[in-house]
Amino acid sequence: MVEMEKQVLTPVNENKPQKATNFKWRNIFRGDNRALWTILALIIILLVDRMVSPTFFTVRMINGRLTGSLINTLDGAAPIMLLSIGMTLVIATKGVDLSVGAVMAICAAVSAVLINRHEAGSDNILYYPGFVIAIAILVGALCGLWNGVLVALFDIQPIIATLILMVAGRGIAQMITDGQSPTYTDETLAFMGQGTILGMPFPVYVAAIALVVVYLLVRRTALGLLIESVGINAKASHYTGVNATVIKLFVYIISGICAAIAGLIVAGENTYADPHTAGMWSELDAIVAVVIGGTLLSGGRFSLVLSAMGALIIQSLRIGLYISDLHPNANLVVKAIVILLVLLLQSKEFKQAVGRLFKPVLKLRAVFK
Amino acid sequence: MSTNEQPALLEVRGLTKTFTATPALSEVDFTLYPGEVHAVLGENGAGKSTLIKVITGVYKRDAGTIRLNGKLIEPRSPGHAQELGISAVYQEINLIPTLSVAENLYVGRQPRFLGMVSMQLMNKKARKLLKTFNIDIDVTRDLSSYSIAIQQIVAIVRGVDLSAKILILDEPTSSLDRHEVETLFSVIRSLEEHGIGILLITHFLDQVYEISDRITVLRNGRKVGEHLTKELPRAKLISEMLGREFTETLGKRSNQITNGDSKHDTFLDIKGFAKRGMIEPFDLEIKKGEIVGLAGLLGSGRTEMGHLVFGINRSEKGEAFVESKKVKISSPRKAIRYGFGLCPEDRKVEGLIADLTIRENIILALQAKLGWYRHIPYKRQEQYADEMIEALHIVTTDAEKPVRELSGGNQQKVILARWLVSNPELLILDEPTRGIDIGAHAEIINIIKRLAKEGKALMVISSELAEVVDYSDRVVVLRDRKKLTELTGDEISEDAIMQAIAEK
Repeated sequence: MVEMEKQVLTPVNENKPQKATNFKWRNIFRGDNRALWTILALIIILLVDRMVSPTFFTVRMINGRLTGSLINTLDGAAPIMLLSIGMTLVIATKGVDLSVGAVMAICAAVSAVLINRHEAGSDNILYYPGFVIAIAILVGALCGLWNGVLVALFDIQPIIATLILMVAGRGIAQMITDGQSPTYTDETLAFMGQGTILGMPFPVYVAAIALVVVYLLVRRTALGLLIESVGINAKASHYTGVNATVIKLFVYIISGICAAIAGLIVAGENTYADPHTAGMWSELDAIVAVVIGGTLLSGGRFSLVLSAMGALIIQSLRIGLYISDLHPNANLVVKAIVILLVLLLQSKEFKQAVGRLFKPVLKLRAVFK
Repeated sequence: MSTNEQPALLEVRGLTKTFTATPALSEVDFTLYPGEVHAVLGENGAGKSTLIKVITGVYKRDAGTIRLNGKLIEPRSPGHAQELGISAVYQEINLIPTLSVAENLYVGRQPRFLGMVSMQLMNKKARKLLKTFNIDIDVTRDLSSYSIAIQQIVAIVRGVDLSAKILILDEPTSSLDRHEVETLFSVIRSLEEHGIGILLITHFLDQVYEISDRITVLRNGRKVGEHLTKELPRAKLISEMLGREFTETLGKRSNQITNGDSKHDTFLDIKGFAKRGMIEPFDLEIKKGEIVGLAGLLGSGRTEMGHLVFGINRSEKGEAFVESKKVKISSPRKAIRYGFGLCPEDRKVEGLIADLTIRENIILALQAKLGWYRHIPYKRQEQYADEMIEALHIVTTDAEKPVRELSGGNQQKVILARWLVSNPELLILDEPTRGIDIGAHAEIINIIKRLAKEGKALMVISSELAEVVDYSDRVVVLRDRKKLTELTGDEISEDAIMQAIAEK
């Protein structure tokens, strides 16, 4: 290592003033000025929510549990946020993971079936709640590995490769539960979805911890750089010695693990696993969250923080629509329109077009000056 | 064989085409007679493809005239050119691989019987059409089940059958083996007999002499000569293409190491590397501190040799030794582990990670070599970047700029810096000075020489002969995907290189 770092041409210039700090805010918000628009969109949507419901920002402590629309928003956003963390990494490599919803269903089913055996009185240590959670996460990782092998080793296009598990996954989940939606009473597993710590719902902690852990994992190692490099120019990365196979396996496994945890949360909220509906359509929410967060579907630069913010935008929009007087039938259309607006805000072409529209006004002003 | 007494089929006069201020063609004349094969030759950027694109209506010309059979024509699009009687067959075949041969020949104009498309009639006509070119194949099979040569011939036959008077063939033989080339040439010869004029673009000089009747040489968008093939010696052709007079002695050799010098150990020794369709078996030895230049015309196998050595393409046979130890170079990653580095020919596609910053581009190879878990601390990264920006005089405000915002020369330096930071023992440079301004040009050559002095082994691929002569300790000469010879020490001169390329 020391030898590799040996300088080739010139010694270190010692007179050069060292930069005071390496920390740059914009490094947190990779994706340049898109960060600004994403934050702005979130603030606007929250303000609209506040207008719709005057108590939106009111948070009260009831029975040791914080309640209020804002808390509900955070709580409900947690699974999407988890999915969007894994999805961000996958999309950054120029891939996509359509199977996350199905993986949620599989892992929820696995946890419910295993914990039922514990509840039925089995002494097998593998059915203890802690192990059940670990096994469910392991299953998620295996699902991710499967996707990763198809994409990285067999070079199948990601959208097709993950479509296979998206379709098959719910079938697998049904096979695991034998077509039932098993319910359970175990408190540890229920805690995953319903528990609180210091009044704050447990899923919020899980999502926050996952965000921090994955952030550190990709930004405190070289993974983030190598992921972006593969996503921007796979050929040049290959010529530079980047091991794209390992990188791709890694991102799909992370995505699988995130989906497994999201599945545990959703199952815990209801204390049952429904193989048909658990995580339904959530792959699309996750993709939209990532795109709102400014990561391009064509791969490359990514920001985990902004993707998480994208998940918050989606959830605060959903909650806002629930509490509004709007007819439920209109919800999906309004959601689509708002997401379109957020994306237009980020579109350079759109902003230029708007700018051209206002040009005559600016010219007029110049004339009167 | 045509004579000048015949009326010309195609007459191009004073053709000029300018792209954003740089002329791609200026006042080019080109004349094609019926029943001849007219080769258009030139190095990269000579204007060959611009010429055919203007003739086939892909580009609009800025000035000049095009006459077909004496009449002025204005081709607006490739489709329109085809209606006029000018068909082009490109390297990538524009046919539909999953349709049958017959369907490909008649797609869009299927023969009908009583108003219905008749497969039988179509297959019969297709068989008959191919027979006239002595091709006897099952026309009902998918096109993709045939070799590239047959696919190419089908494309040609289709073009000719669409009432073509002029056929443009752009690098038709570049992916064919020798036997397939023979088949293609027999088709071309029978086209000649039918009075069709053929404009041929190719990099294979042997083939030019085998098949063509006339040669036009382009250089930097200008026509430098038009000759009857049988009257043009190879040496003269090559000097016209490269733009150097044979008697000229440019460039002084500056750093030399003598053969057998005990101070210089062999770094890489390659025996019999080869890959079908890319390059014929070759031996190559590179010593530490030695610069080996690879000279040859475009398509001679220079780049392919570099790719094989760097593991981008796996050699099908032969052995490689790094410092006398046998190694398997199966991928760039492996090659990098043995201490190799490669600055590719196509900077944008194969080299730069455009959206990453200069700093990130510079540390990428080292980071990839270290593995993802041994992260280079940001401080160290910035140091590397700053040192390299200073050492290589990369012109930029800071290291955090996306590398795509730099000029060509500076981008090239960033890729060089990427390898220098990872401290390779062997650096392969493919056209390191192409498309960069004169100042950066000289700097990059200085860096090459400096690296050799530091004991690195260098393999430099370049079409600039003067440059190759200037820095090489040894020059490997290639032609038609074959290593011809090696020149060492005092043997190295532009003359000698051109002579070697020209030799039969």
